[in-house]
Amino acid sequence: MLAQCGGYVPLGYRGAGCMTVSAGATDLPPSIGRARFCTDIGEALAGVRDAMSVMIGGFGAVGQPDALIEGLIDTGVTDLTIIANNAGAGRIGLARLLELGRVRRVICSYPRSPGSVVFEELYEAGNIELEIVPQGTLSERMRAAGAGIPAFFTPTAAGTSIAEGKEVRRFNGRECILETALHADLALIEAWHADAAGNLTYRASGRNFNPVMATAAELVVAQVHHVERNGFLNPEAVVTPGLFVDRIIEIGA
Amino acid sequence: MATTGSGAAAPASHATSIGWTRADMARRVARDIGRGWTVNLGIGIPTLVADHLPAERCVTLHSENGILGVGPKPESDPDPWIINAGKEVVTVVPGASYIHHADSFAIIRGGHIDLSVMGAFEVASNGDLANWATDLNRAPAVGGAMDLAVGARKLWVMMEHVTRAGEPRLVAACRYPLTASAVVTRVYTDLATLDVTPDGFVALEMAPGLSLEALQSRTGTPVRSPSE
Repeated sequence: MLAQCGGYVPLGYRGAGCMTVSAGATDLPPSIGRARFCTDIGEALAGVRDAMSVMIGGFGAVGQPDALIEGLIDTGVTDLTIIANNAGAGRIGLARLLELGRVRRVICSYPRSPGSVVFEELYEAGNIELEIVPQGTLSERMRAAGAGIPAFFTPTAAGTSIAEGKEVRRFNGRECILETALHADLALIEAWHADAAGNLTYRASGRNFNPVMATAAELVVAQVHHVERNGFLNPEAVVTPGLFVDRIIEIGA
Repeated sequence: MATTGSGAAAPASHATSIGWTRADMARRVARDIGRGWTVNLGIGIPTLVADHLPAERCVTLHSENGILGVGPKPESDPDPWIINAGKEVVTVVPGASYIHHADSFAIIRGGHIDLSVMGAFEVASNGDLANWATDLNRAPAVGGAMDLAVGARKLWVMMEHVTRAGEPRLVAACRYPLTASAVVTRVYTDLATLDVTPDGFVALEMAPGLSLEALQSRTGTPVRSPSE
């Protein structure tokens, strides 16, 4: 019998405490695959550099790798392209990265949402580039990148302002536009459980963009709530196989 | 997310009190949803439809952020990990599943959603939909509206019949940026239920006390009665 997942932890971990690496970090099992366990955020983000393209998982606050975003801010990197569904809320996390002037360009589906004051100020002042992508096209462009498909045709956005400048073809009588694969240099994701093989599970709607981003970036760093110390995750339950994951940091639970 | 300004708009002010309430509209839409359908309800008025779907109808609600089998809002012990596309905390029903974004949109774009119900700014008589932006100079936000509009097998719109300023939302051609072309098949407003046909809008049903002439005067393109 493989070990069961740990109990639920409420979202109370978010905020000031989220940088704390769990006290159990020293008893991490030896990594057996590509993924390596890191004991602090700096190690997890070693090698990040200016002008990177960075995918950030999450849908709103759920499934968003808050500790890694804070860590990215602390590295001081700038001139970033951020690929995410939203463009931050309030003045913390992703919004703070934007407010600090570290982001040149945002690629997302829903930048304007309640609390997205920082993005709106930057956008209306002409201080940030925006590529607006329909949500399904955004996730499919990532899926294509991860699957080695350079481009695909879709009817989504055909005949709209988003289609401007894109190749148009008709398939089965329907107008479609050409969309290209979307890769990133770095993906920051959040998962629920990890094992020594780097396999990941997610929790509820915290899954969202995280698994597909894990397939589409050169360097994939996951913050996880629990590392399995007594064996491995049930192979039937694994959502992201460890081969997609480079670094794992267990955050305080 | 099929977010539109219509969700925030106050009910249109009419010279008379004629017209259905939002709950009436939601009840009316719910009545037309078939047994066993998989349905995506947009943000705003469409979410109200969920309150009027009887359990024996076995309707599965899809939320594009990765839930197939959305339940009602929790009465107690909310789980902040379970949110819908409007980022509200919800529950899941027995038999639900969680899916990642690429799968969730494969469900939408692959034609596996029976019905999408959305709000709108405008619908044209050919079924053109405008519900994602009014001014492209402001930061736009499209969410999943364009995917749902082309991917769902049926697309119904729920909205107030006219704007707060009294201008028609049912028009000959959309003035606002398009979400998708020729996709809307039915519109439920506070004044009427209308089908989009090759001959334009056909009023299937009108609010009690409303004449076709009065409906026409609030509509920016010809409206026919089914008998015509």
